[in-house]
Amino acid sequence: MMQTSFQMPDLTPAIPEIFLLTMTCIILLIVPYLSDKNRVLTYLLSLGSLAATAALTVAVHTSETVYTFSGSFVSDTMGDVLKVFVYLVTAVVFIYSRKYLLDRNIFKGEFYVLGLFAVLGMMVMISAHSLLTMYLGLELLSLSLYALVAFQRDSKDATEAAMKYFVLGALASGMLLYGMSLLYGVTGTLDIGGVQTVAAGLEDSKKLVMGLGLVFVIVGMAFKLGAVPFHMWIPDVYHGAPTAVTLFIGTAPKIAAFAMVMRLLVEGLGDMHDQWQDILIIMAVLSMAIGNVIAIAQTNIKRMLAYSTISHVGFLLLGILAGTQAGYSSSMFYVIVYALMSMGGFGMIILMSRAGFEADKISDFKGLNERSPWFAFMMLIIMLSMAGVPPTVGFYAKLAVLQSVIGVGLTWLAIVAVVFSVIGMFYYLRVIKYMYFDKADDTTPIESPTDMKLVMSANGLGILFLGIAPGSLLAMCAAAFS
Amino acid sequence: MFADLPLLSLVIWVPIIGGALVLLASKNEQAQTARLLALTVSIVTFLLTIPLYTGFDLTTHQMQFPEKTSWIPLFNINYHLGVDGISMPLILLTSFTTILVVLAGWEVIKVKVAQYLAAFLIMEGLMIGVFAALDSILFYVFWEAMLIPMFLIIGIWGGERRVYATIKFFLYTFLGSVFMLIALIYMYIQSGTFGVLDLHDFKLSMTEQTWIFLAFLVAFAVKVPMWPVHTWLPDAHVEAPTGGSVILAAIMLKLGAYGFVRFSMPITPDASQSLDWLMITLSLIAIVYIAFVALVQKDMKKLIAYSSISHMGFVTLGFFIVYMIIDNTGSAQGAAMGIEGALVQMISHGFISGALFLCVGVMYDRMHSRMIGDYGGVANTMPVFAAFMVFFAMANAGLPGTSAFVGEFFVIMSAFKANFWIAFLAATTLIFGAAYTLWMVKRVLFGEVANENVAALKDLNNREYFILGTLAVAVLVLGLWPAPLLDVMHVTVEHLVQQITQSKL
Repeated sequence: MMQTSFQMPDLTPAIPEIFLLTMTCIILLIVPYLSDKNRVLTYLLSLGSLAATAALTVAVHTSETVYTFSGSFVSDTMGDVLKVFVYLVTAVVFIYSRKYLLDRNIFKGEFYVLGLFAVLGMMVMISAHSLLTMYLGLELLSLSLYALVAFQRDSKDATEAAMKYFVLGALASGMLLYGMSLLYGVTGTLDIGGVQTVAAGLEDSKKLVMGLGLVFVIVGMAFKLGAVPFHMWIPDVYHGAPTAVTLFIGTAPKIAAFAMVMRLLVEGLGDMHDQWQDILIIMAVLSMAIGNVIAIAQTNIKRMLAYSTISHVGFLLLGILAGTQAGYSSSMFYVIVYALMSMGGFGMIILMSRAGFEADKISDFKGLNERSPWFAFMMLIIMLSMAGVPPTVGFYAKLAVLQSVIGVGLTWLAIVAVVFSVIGMFYYLRVIKYMYFDKADDTTPIESPTDMKLVMSANGLGILFLGIAPGSLLAMCAAAFS
Repeated sequence: MFADLPLLSLVIWVPIIGGALVLLASKNEQAQTARLLALTVSIVTFLLTIPLYTGFDLTTHQMQFPEKTSWIPLFNINYHLGVDGISMPLILLTSFTTILVVLAGWEVIKVKVAQYLAAFLIMEGLMIGVFAALDSILFYVFWEAMLIPMFLIIGIWGGERRVYATIKFFLYTFLGSVFMLIALIYMYIQSGTFGVLDLHDFKLSMTEQTWIFLAFLVAFAVKVPMWPVHTWLPDAHVEAPTGGSVILAAIMLKLGAYGFVRFSMPITPDASQSLDWLMITLSLIAIVYIAFVALVQKDMKKLIAYSSISHMGFVTLGFFIVYMIIDNTGSAQGAAMGIEGALVQMISHGFISGALFLCVGVMYDRMHSRMIGDYGGVANTMPVFAAFMVFFAMANAGLPGTSAFVGEFFVIMSAFKANFWIAFLAATTLIFGAAYTLWMVKRVLFGEVANENVAALKDLNNREYFILGTLAVAVLVLGLWPAPLLDVMHVTVEHLVQQITQSKL
């Protein structure tokens, strides 16, 4: 039966998005009327918006899965948990980057507006339940990020990185869109739930096209996640972008990309698990191998962390490819933990930098233990957590993922994964070596605003605390898939 | 009075929290505060471990002083602690050794004193945690976490090639233990539990057992260390500060051996039985070949490090000879003796190797050299010290009346029940051990005063006298009257023998 009259969709599940959109527009309008002296107002307003959005997300949360906008928008536990972490991470990114932006004279309102639009894009991605909504969210996020990378416009490196990011990103979006069009062509629906229903009962002749669509979708997603062989942009962009932006790109968007994979691959194409599992296995092994091995050769810590990201993405894929609820929840745990660690890692680079000096070489961490034992300790925790050494939370992330892989009988894959994490151990240890075993070349005291110091300490201690008591976060992730 | 306290939790967390407190006194002028605080914490911890001994029930093999609370319910991981006759003495050894290590660094360590002491205290808690953990993930967490303070100790306060040595140490151990983690997860997937005691009863097929045994072997063999994965140890020992060497030799090596009796043998008894030839061969290679290697060392610390590997070969031999003894004699009596000998050897080696490293430390503090060639005639200028060193050297060579004799004698005796040639090869170590230790003593202590540096040496001060004296008493007491230790172990070992000879197939 044709629908004859317009029905107002239920807006309740989308209240956080609507609120953030409104606030971002308001901030955008205020920005031009603020003098540089009052710029801090933009900063505070952005943090306030994020906090309020978080409160709204919690308030509208129900334990049931709710669809709205004719099924193209979904609100569920997984989405809400991920969103809250996106807000948290973004807020911390804003706090960490204030000093950096001030020092470089780019403490502008646009940074926050673009950042908030990116958050909105991520929220849409996380809640997307149709191919188009997904694409919409992804592009909103990507366009904001392209602009952010080029934000320091007189920096040659940043411009180059932005260019690379834009061209490669557009290519990947194109691939993804092409894949989506194939899926739409076969199934005749844009709705992710609809794709799943049709795909389940597909006749053999159409399976080939469907498979082709699947491959293109995976390519698009692999690019956004940064999995090998679509990882080329990561080191260049991480390196070239202003550290404040690298900090942002390296954290929250990974959470959204994880949600995208879950929505498209698991919810939409879950029946084709046999086919995408093999693809993901290859990408996971290559990501862990290339990420960990090439990171050893880096002297720039931003590049090193970029390659470390690639290896983490490999680990993240392990949980997804297991194709079980335990696997999905372990990957979700992993991506959240990864965002917290990465936030700390890049945050430390900002903490060490000052006006006219980028602490982006690994050797800039020399003798940190003499300059500031406390922050050396924080970095120690972060590095060990990235390497997966207990008692830090990174260990449980790896444990959970390995458990899900072994649970589906892929023990060999788990062995490959741990061997590469031992190889990866080396470059994390090297950072610790510089901090603790070497004498400082540069003895300038480390100065930064109190709020940053406090949040940085909370970041490091949080990783340690979650390592001693990971139970509740693990349970939260498990609850998202039950 | 002590029965109500969660004693094991206390002995784990008091040093860890104490270590964190010591860090607060990190300014240079607060060094003395840090030292006193660290000493207090280590003494308090030691006092807290004493009730573990006095309140120990000798008649049961059950885990004592148990504590169990859910830790990560999602994965069925528990905070489960408990000790038996094997782990309790090792906990006492740990807390005892830590006091000496804190004292040993008293005047010697001058930079970052608070961090140095805190690292040792935190490591003490973590090592006790390894011995007390009855949940395999809890065990693994302590096992790995322990590497971090050791990594920093060698790297910050170590010698010239400290960075190389400490990274090698970390990577070797880390590589070994990740395979153990895979094995633990595999068993969890099969059985739904990480509990060590539950895994003891869990049935596994022969193929599974073999793979799990090998995974454990990699982890524990690196730690013991067994030939051919021992190469990190000489490097780590040579570069580590004296305190680090003492902890490494006295306790960390024991963790690997402990792993064999807590995990490998009870969980995979059939694989242990079918692969015992491998373990015996590796142990014999360690005992004989490494003894030869020790003979040619020019560096005293390296010599003692190799001697440690050789002596640890006795421990693994004592464990894995069990199956052969039972095949030959059909009685578990001799088998228990081998294991008891190995366990006594673990404790005894803890005292003796620790003492020898402290002796080298005493000389190094004065001369800043570890090379045998730089010394000669030290006995002329340091007679008291020389007496101690000769005593510990004799003990290292297995002189009757010292603790080493008890363990080695037990192991060799039981080896005779298995196979004459194994026993023969093992017994050669008494000769080689005497050869390399006494030859070192001869070159370092006796003869003419070699040079003016040696002539200027001052004998032991009170602190050093106290440390070495305490250890000498411990070695003598254990050698002359090992009954208290053997009594504690006896019931547990009998149960262990029964466990590891019962097929799971």
